[in-house]
Formats: sequence, structure tokens, C-alpha cells
Amino acid sequence: MPRVSVFMIRTALIYLALGALIGGMLLADKGVHLWPSFWTWRTGHVHLMLLGWTVQFACGTAIWILPRLDAAGTRGAMWLAWLCYGALNGGVLLATLSAPFAGMAGRERVAWMTPVAAFLLVAGIAAFIGHVWRRIRPFGSVPARVT
Amino acid sequence: MHRQARVYVKTAFVQLLVSVIVGALLLINAGMPLHPRLGLLLPVYYHLLMVGWATQLIGGVALWMFPVLSRDRPRGNERLGWIAYGALNGGLLLRAVAEPMHAMTPRPWSAWTLAVAALLQVCAVWLLVIALWPRVRGRPDMNRSRMGGG
Repeated sequence: MPRVSVFMIRTALIYLALGALIGGMLLADKGVHLWPSFWTWRTGHVHLMLLGWTVQFACGTAIWILPRLDAAGTRGAMWLAWLCYGALNGGVLLATLSAPFAGMAGRERVAWMTPVAAFLLVAGIAAFIGHVWRRIRPFGSVPARVT
Repeated sequence: MHRQARVYVKTAFVQLLVSVIVGALLLINAGMPLHPRLGLLLPVYYHLLMVGWATQLIGGVALWMFPVLSRDRPRGNERLGWIAYGALNGGLLLRAVAEPMHAMTPRPWSAWTLAVAALLQVCAVWLLVIALWPRVRGRPDMNRSRMGGG
């Protein structure tokens, strides 16, 4: 497993644990009403689980497991995979924190966070597609690895 | 594919079937009203799909395919995966029953059932993360009684 996949999958697992904790607190609050102000994290829960967990896990696994480019086992432009990691996580963090920060610091002061998050998320996914595009190929098109 | 992974993946497919049936009822209800309170199933539908199907399927495949830890215990402590499985599906089932009922008529038993469902699902996810974490790694050193990976 390449280093970037280790980083992506472990970060995805951290987001899964955090997203589940937030979701669990929200679900419990529906019944026992212990922390009503916590509902500002609802959108963050969705971003953490959909993009931070599911999408990032899929990206990390794809970078690990898709066919290599040549017999030496080259995976192609790894800088694109690292760009995906940085941009995707920047976007997820900004999108997750924007609503709680808006509640604390005021909506005007954090208005930049969601557009920047949107740009980063698109850039991250574009970088991922740029990395994996050439690796989506039929079986047998890469010569056997010489060891 | 070992038994634990098969159980995870097959349960994920059952949850997928149940979630699309609930989703279909919600869609029909939107165009051709069947029952005014059917819309209360919307959060149950989302969570059956994203936790019961997607997360459970990913967990099962990861427990199967991720690099093994050692020759003696290739998948680490499998008990963690089984407890996570029970807690995840038990928590989801409790949620699917209690959430719409509590939204219709809040009662102490449904309120505490929601809290228990939340606790079970959080514990399940954390146990799954603990089970998978050591198996997310680069190619192990074959000279140190390790195997697999890559």
C-alpha cells in the first residue's frame, strides 16, 4: 500500500469515527435533549461521512489497488494523489467547521469558508481523476512484473 | 473471503434491499400520498443506505482485503469485528423502530431507545476503526515474521 493511500485511508477512518460520534450525539439528542446547540454540526456530520469517510476511503483504496502503469509497478503521477489528499481534506474541514464557526464568530466573518471549501473539493476530485485515469485499463495490458 | 467478511457483505446487501424499499415508499408517497406520516422515515432511509449498506460493505471488504498482520493472527482480533457487527446492526434496527415512533409520539422509552441506538452505533464504528487501523500500512518487512500487504 503506497504512503498516500495509508494517509488517505487512516484519515478516512478518523473522519468515520468523528462523524459517527457527532451523528450519535445528534441522534441521542433527538430523544434526551442534552445538547440542542450541537445541531450546528449536522451539516458537518454529512460532509465528514460522505466526503471525508466514503469518498476519501474509495480514493485511497483506488490509488492502492488499480492496475499499475508498467512492469516496474509505477503508479504514475503521485503528486496528483497528494494534491487530492491535501485539497480534499482542506475542503472537508472547511465545510465541516463553517456552520459551527458561523454560530460562534458570526456568519459574515466565516463567509469565505464555504466557497474555498467548494473550490478545494472540486480541485481534490479533479486531481484524483487526473491520477487514476490512465490506470483504468483492461487486464493483461501491463506486462508481468519482473522480480 | 473469510466468514466475517461474508456476513458483513451479505448483511450490507440485505440493508440495501430494505433501504431501497423504504426509499421507494417515500418516493411513491411524495407523488401519490399513501400516509401523512410516512415522511418520518426519511432519516431512517438515509442511515440504512449510508451506514447499513455503504459503511458495512466497506468494512466487510476492508476486513477481507487489507494487508494481513502476521502469519499467526492474519486479521488481528476478529472479536472486535464481530462486536462491531452486532452493535452496528442492533443500533440501526433500534433506530429504525424508535426514530419514527418518537417523532410521532415522544415517550420516555422511545427517547432512551434512541440514546441506546446512538451509543451502539458509535461503539460499532469505533471498534471497526480499531480493528482496521493496524492493517492500513505499507508493504511489511517479510524478514520480521510478517506477510502479505503490498
